[in-house]
Amino acid sequence: MELSIDVQSLKPLSSCIPTVSTRLNWNDYQGAIKVRWGIGRNHYTVVPGLYKVGNPDSQSDVYVSANYKLSFDVLRKNLCSFNTWILVIDTKGINVWCAAGKGTFGTDNLVNSIKKTDLAHIVKHNKIILPQLGAVGVSAHKVREQSGFRVIYGPVRAKDIKPFVQAGYKATPEMRKVGFPFLERIKLIPVDMMGERYKLLISMLILFIISGLDRKGFLFSKMIETSLFPLIYIVSAYIAGIVIAPIFLPIIPFRPFALKGAFWGVISAIIMMQFIHVSLLETISFCILSKSVASFMTMNFTGSSTYTSLSGVKKEMKWAIPFQIAFTAISLMLFILSKLS
Amino acid sequence: MKTIQYIRNVVTLKLDVNLCNGCGMCIIVCPHAVFEINQKKVRINDIDDCMECGACALNCKPAAISVKSGVGCASGIIRGILANSDPSCDCSDSKSSCC
Repeated sequence: MELSIDVQSLKPLSSCIPTVSTRLNWNDYQGAIKVRWGIGRNHYTVVPGLYKVGNPDSQSDVYVSANYKLSFDVLRKNLCSFNTWILVIDTKGINVWCAAGKGTFGTDNLVNSIKKTDLAHIVKHNKIILPQLGAVGVSAHKVREQSGFRVIYGPVRAKDIKPFVQAGYKATPEMRKVGFPFLERIKLIPVDMMGERYKLLISMLILFIISGLDRKGFLFSKMIETSLFPLIYIVSAYIAGIVIAPIFLPIIPFRPFALKGAFWGVISAIIMMQFIHVSLLETISFCILSKSVASFMTMNFTGSSTYTSLSGVKKEMKWAIPFQIAFTAISLMLFILSKLS
Repeated sequence: MKTIQYIRNVVTLKLDVNLCNGCGMCIIVCPHAVFEINQKKVRINDIDDCMECGACALNCKPAAISVKSGVGCASGIIRGILANSDPSCDCSDSKSSCC
């Protein structure tokens, strides 16, 4: 133990720490676009450890980040013209807020990283700056007890770091608030669509197969001929729930997401009715189905939203899920009936 | 600026004013400005703004704040029920939409 500490202190510590650029290149932007579509999102990581920005010395600030490359990139981009250290902690490639919720961006991990990188020997102060949302997993007073370092919570968004530093490490109330503006919501839609694509494909497959049912048994030609309309209905309900509902999230007055989704499911069904003319039984069936599908899809958007509480989601699920299941069952039965009649 | 609110009267956030030392850490960490200073102590402004992230309770040295925190994520809760565990926002290794 004693020996290993000696060896550590002999190493010219700061000389072997990599320096990172504060300018993002085309690859960084391309990578960001890809992960927003869910491509390679689970492996978009940075090697944990200490990094330099500019020419930091023992008095320079230390910023802490998660090892999700998107988090790291947005931080270094906003440290332009700074001389600082970045301490990247291993969050398994998850962003700060989610990792803090899981506990990987947490007190223990942070304390261990401080020790592992020998931060106490690299800087001569005891201040580390964390993104505010890291507070969900990090307990500032415990970090102080266990490592001696004093946690300063910076602003929520890295773009506010400069004014935060200029104001003497003070964030305005606006910098501390998380909203859920239009552009933020839009950015989250593609990943949601990609994440839910299997659910869509499975439901499409079920409708496709039911389309072939007939009093005489199963007719392959009937399946091919009549499956188009139910498939159009379900795709539009899916888009209503995953794309339209999040876009208009604050505009629809209902608070439960399941109701917001159901609203757009009904709208989508009404629009489809104008273009698609099938039997009454089928129309009723598709309308009910659209509503449940859109309702379920939007309910899942609670995970992407920045203001839903666990208690609230549980409360809405308690009534929403039975309704969604019942309506889906009824609509499928009506659909089968329409095929057999 | 008022942020969007979710379902009312469900939040489990509790503040014991007697234990509060007025350090204001909760005001710093709260992403929805739930707390405000009132006569050297903190008070809850609008409890329905709370999303139960738990940052305040975790960073409250005198432990004056309690909240049953967790992910407000429907697919996480479904996964939790299926796996018979706590709701988990397991975005890393599943195809979930969460966060």
